[in-house]
Amino acid sequence: MAIETTDTKEAILSNIKNQNTTKANSDLTLLEARQEALQALAKLDLPTTKHEEWKYTDITKALKKNFDFNVQPGVIQYSPSQIDALKIPGLEAYYLVFLNGKFDKSLSSLPSDKENITVTTLSEGLKNNEKLIKEHFAKHVDIQQDVFAAISTAFVEDSLFVKVADNVSVEKPLVFLLISDSTHGNTVSQPRNLVYVGSNTEVRLIENYISVGDNPQFTNSISEIIVAENAVVDYYKIQNEKEHSFHVGTTQVHQSKNSNFSSTTITTNGGMVRNNLNIKLDGENANAFMHGLYLLNGKTHVDNHTTVDHAKPHSYSNELYKGVMNGKSRGVFNGKIYVRQDAQKTNAFQSNRNVLLSEDASINTKPQLEIWADDVKCTHGATTGQIDEEALFYLQSRGIQKDAAKALLMIAFASEIVQVIKIKELKKQVEHLIGELLHN
Amino acid sequence: MLRIKNLKASVEGKEILKGINLEVKPGEVHAIMGPNGSGKSTLASVLAGREEYEITDGQIEFLGINLLELSPEERAREGVFLAFQYPVEIPGVTTTNFLKTAVNEIRKAKGLDPLDAVQFLTLMKEKMKLVNIDQSLLSRSLNEGFSGGEKKRNEIFQMAMLDPKLAILDETDSGLDIDALRIVSNGVNQLKRKDNATILITHYQRLLDYIVPDYVHVLYKGKIVKSGTKELALELEEKGYDWIKEEATVS
Repeated sequence: MAIETTDTKEAILSNIKNQNTTKANSDLTLLEARQEALQALAKLDLPTTKHEEWKYTDITKALKKNFDFNVQPGVIQYSPSQIDALKIPGLEAYYLVFLNGKFDKSLSSLPSDKENITVTTLSEGLKNNEKLIKEHFAKHVDIQQDVFAAISTAFVEDSLFVKVADNVSVEKPLVFLLISDSTHGNTVSQPRNLVYVGSNTEVRLIENYISVGDNPQFTNSISEIIVAENAVVDYYKIQNEKEHSFHVGTTQVHQSKNSNFSSTTITTNGGMVRNNLNIKLDGENANAFMHGLYLLNGKTHVDNHTTVDHAKPHSYSNELYKGVMNGKSRGVFNGKIYVRQDAQKTNAFQSNRNVLLSEDASINTKPQLEIWADDVKCTHGATTGQIDEEALFYLQSRGIQKDAAKALLMIAFASEIVQVIKIKELKKQVEHLIGELLHN
Repeated sequence: MLRIKNLKASVEGKEILKGINLEVKPGEVHAIMGPNGSGKSTLASVLAGREEYEITDGQIEFLGINLLELSPEERAREGVFLAFQYPVEIPGVTTTNFLKTAVNEIRKAKGLDPLDAVQFLTLMKEKMKLVNIDQSLLSRSLNEGFSGGEKKRNEIFQMAMLDPKLAILDETDSGLDIDALRIVSNGVNQLKRKDNATILITHYQRLLDYIVPDYVHVLYKGKIVKSGTKELALELEEKGYDWIKEEATVS
């Protein structure tokens, strides 16, 4: 087994090395983190199901089975109108376009210089923001333990660096349009973002993962989001990929005092998806909200691992993940709450609720609480059930067909999460997506 | 309109209905009374098509169709409506949204075009007056956090929207104060026509002061043991159910 995982790791690395051709790569070798990641990588292997954090999600096996890492996807090109078609209808936003993991400036619509938002590649960013980048790039993800973070850090060709200045309220959301296009061959994409949100600043971020083409796709994405004092960040991750999409994504959040971070993750399709959402509440009175919705069918496998680390007093976290599993799909939820010794007066709430619509669908759910402080309030709960037969009968008795009634109930179940979406155009798009999914 | 013959039904192997016979003609109001556990709500559920009941014998014919072969939604489309004793709370589905789906599903079954948003709202406004129900209530999640009276009014409002041929009101009076009872009854009375019929299931005579039945039947231990006119209900009010139980035991 060890040899097999090592082989797959080496195959991935060689694929990525072959992709790296630009000068940006050599500029980034200056970053210490890259060296550390390279060293860590020599010791790390891809996970098997023996790894506690990967018990239910055999990503290595899936990659080995589905990918030919000797193949490169070739050059893909998009016209501005093709990109427009992938945008969120009606939404005025800045669009940051990634093609197979690489930021494409010409297809993006970026804020102007006046707008207190810097969007550059990481290597460009080093010129003016070296201190900030060195302080945060790969400093919050665990490159010593997490092999995917190590791969990303060691070999990422270039990252996007977004800095929002202090004291601004950014009116338009920033949409990261992450396109995997495997039309000409399987793809390995490593999008990577470092987002710094200045103090007293308010910003909305949307990551939209889009899958094009019929060959297998592997995405290893990392977003590191630094939330300074008093900042408010509203973050969305929308995943509607394909049956042959394999996705390991980490959202790593570092919050300072009095900050607010809200995350909403919606997953409607994919082959195997692993989302890591790690939030560190590293200041007093920091608040984190974590919402997730996974609506799965076919053989889709979606694993949400979340960690909220309360490091300072008076912080608050509230988490609600909901899932509907149909067909032979499988959901995994693992929610960790850490309350450090310093973090007195912490309030932490967690809930995971699931509905299984078929005999062959399954869910593995596991809450984990580790509390070192003594004056805290923490609750967690997980439920798994079938559809409410009484409600179903009620709807049927009004003339609504059983399937339509089921869809209505599931849309209602999902709506608790959908309602959290504060951007109305995005909410509309998600509602439409869910409607189509549940009514077919 | 409705012809029930020797209907027997069980749940989890226990026989609840032990041979019901009942005929309801268009324009009629029938009250089915009886002590707790006599099978009143079971009869209502069986008519609406609740699946956990097993029909072991007998027939239900509705407008010439064998009702027992139809799914709950097909029965609704044929014109059967059950006002629930305990209306289900469905978070996340607004009454408006749900009713629009229901009305249009029923219209589709009748070969009619679906109502557009404007037509639907016009119909809703008209029917809302019948039970004095507020628009804001209908924009909320279906029955969620509704008071008992609001839930029952919502049932009658749905009935008005769906315009059934046979309405079965299962203990609609339970949990209602006198004002709510008056509003609900008034709604039911206004919906009464020559070509539709109503079955009132109730424990108390009180409801029958407001909705006057043509026939009253007493259900006891899964059988109709006595039938009569509205005077029978008054007699029950006065004497309770014990004399019926005795009569039933003797016969």
